[in-house]
Amino acid sequence: MQLEQQLRNRLQHKKILLMTHIVLGYPSFEANREVIAQMVHNGVDCIEMQIPFSEPMADGPVILKANQKALSRGTKVTESLAFGAEMAATYDIPFLYMTYYNIIFKYGEQAFMKECQRAGIQGLIVPDLPPEEGADYLHLARENGIAPIMIYAPTSPDERMQELDGHGAGFIYCAARRGVTGTKSEFGDEFNTYLERCQAATKLPLAVGFGIQDRNDVNALKGKADIAVIGSQTIKLVDEQGPSAVGPFIASLR
Amino acid sequence: MNKKGFFGNWGGAYIPEILFQTFQELNHEFEVCKKDSSFWQEYIDLMSTYSCRPTPLTHATNLSRYFGGAQIYIKREDLNHTGAHKANNVMGQGLLIKRMGKKRVIAETGAGQHGMATATMAAKFGFDCTIYMGEEDVLRQRPNVFWMEKMGATVIPVTDGSRTLKDAINEAFRDWVTNVDNTHYALGTVCGPHPFPEMVAWFQSIIGMEAHEQILKQHGRMPARVYACVGGGSNAIGVFKRFIEEPDVELIGVEAGGHGLETGEHAARLCGTGASPGVAQGYKTMFLQDDDGQMLNTHSVAAGLDYVGVSPILTDLWEQGRVRFEAATDKEVMAALDLTMKKEGLIPALESSHAFVQAFKEAPLLSGDDAIIINMSGRGDKDIFTIAHAFNDPSWKEFIIDRAREYSR
Ligand SMILES: Cc1ncc(COP(=O)(O)O)c(C=O)c1O
Repeated sequence: MQLEQQLRNRLQHKKILLMTHIVLGYPSFEANREVIAQMVHNGVDCIEMQIPFSEPMADGPVILKANQKALSRGTKVTESLAFGAEMAATYDIPFLYMTYYNIIFKYGEQAFMKECQRAGIQGLIVPDLPPEEGADYLHLARENGIAPIMIYAPTSPDERMQELDGHGAGFIYCAARRGVTGTKSEFGDEFNTYLERCQAATKLPLAVGFGIQDRNDVNALKGKADIAVIGSQTIKLVDEQGPSAVGPFIASLR
Repeated sequence: MNKKGFFGNWGGAYIPEILFQTFQELNHEFEVCKKDSSFWQEYIDLMSTYSCRPTPLTHATNLSRYFGGAQIYIKREDLNHTGAHKANNVMGQGLLIKRMGKKRVIAETGAGQHGMATATMAAKFGFDCTIYMGEEDVLRQRPNVFWMEKMGATVIPVTDGSRTLKDAINEAFRDWVTNVDNTHYALGTVCGPHPFPEMVAWFQSIIGMEAHEQILKQHGRMPARVYACVGGGSNAIGVFKRFIEEPDVELIGVEAGGHGLETGEHAARLCGTGASPGVAQGYKTMFLQDDDGQMLNTHSVAAGLDYVGVSPILTDLWEQGRVRFEAATDKEVMAALDLTMKKEGLIPALESSHAFVQAFKEAPLLSGDDAIIINMSGRGDKDIFTIAHAFNDPSWKEFIIDRAREYSR
């Protein structure tokens, strides 16, 4: 499908791709705009934009706070979608939405997919929607040419990984460890065995996320995964040093 | 249930992938236990030797006479060990945890009764125990926090979101996805992802099974109505379940009316118009949420009812018209509590007092031959600070001021 092909094209020139995560409306859409510009100009290959939700169950403290602050500033779903459309029209890299299922459910699955399709959004990551509960979602995503990204966890058995592969498109998001976003991951033997299981279960590109913080982490993934996902780290950086610190940080990762 | 884990249109298991395997194991263990009559017997033995099951059904003769209508019977879950129905669920899950070989248990708590029960079970069975509790609830249910800590549990105040029950549930899930290998999350009510609603309802159904037998013995026939307060819905399903198949028994769930439905400060999901279908905390039900799907802040004087969602089982029964839903305001609750103490010498929890409010409104309209059952889900001792404050009790205030002076010396 479209997203997978775009990622494969990029992989012809790079050993590993970078995907970053931002929370829409945090600290503001203005800041989001600047951060994304810095990311794109410093070689980020793909960006997941989180539409904030009041109950972000799978997120750790940094992203949780960002969700809450975005909402307390009054961030609306329609604003998030308009902003996403603007970014997808401005930059020539794939943009995805990450959010929790209730946001899509309340908006209306069909309407949401149509909106994404019109805006040129390439994929969706919904951590609280397993395929068992997402028959309509999966069907509508494919019908609109949007990749429903599946998630693997270290606790997923081999058969489960294969089953998820059958539902997914674009790439597979491999959570590097148990837990929520934000804390550092160790890339030891256990991790390598896990990634081998992931590779065996799917032909889709593999993205690895949760706690990737620096160049060493990204290097450790080269040859084992296709995409390194940087999440909480850039949010922390913007909190501490402002949007202009993002560019140099991204440039330092590769 | 039709589709796996659904009750009509409600329920399901909206869980992150990290928990997939652990839910497989939990579902498997639960299915095995459900089919094994010796498991239920083990549960009954435990509840009748460690706790006070069967709990009595008390004929409230003074209240019955006072209202001059139906005979009022009170199901005494306050006499269960730890002072509420919550122990029924927790002890059952404790037996499951032992079978699954896990060594650590975590739980959310609102009123602190589920946390209390979990800390107690962990002490008895030798598990490590961590309880998540909204910061606001830590403050208003301080006695329970003290006892949980004394029994060896770690109580973690949750400072995110509305700092109440839903936020404690989120935080418990975050712990669970991190420590899934050795930890069981003992969810405290009939909500959350499948199999929790079905499993918690199964353990709690012991309330209604006993009440069914007791009312036949004491009153000679079925009650006209059964009342229960509804937070997540576990004591309500517990007392209702056996009566659902009795078509002439009307079932009434009472939600938190807070400052009044018109103020927006309440937790009335099924009896008001503020809730709409949604998916959060692992299940689909009617949530108090805005048009974007963001959860709203709720309010109740009773921490255990102060929650945005409600059991998918109850939402289904509501949709079918089998359970009627009403709301009681904070003010009405204090008056009903006061009357129950004075007339019967019983101290219902603030949560339970909601059921008393509605029963008191309806008892005079029924005949003296009719019986009604109120599920007294717990005792009010935990609420001593809130109740004393609401009654503006002068001697209590004096005591607190003196004690504070002593401590600050
Ligand atoms: C005494 C008591 N009653 C009722 C509730 C509400 O829960 P549920 O609706 O699950 O019975 C609680 C919850 O904490 C409680 O402690």
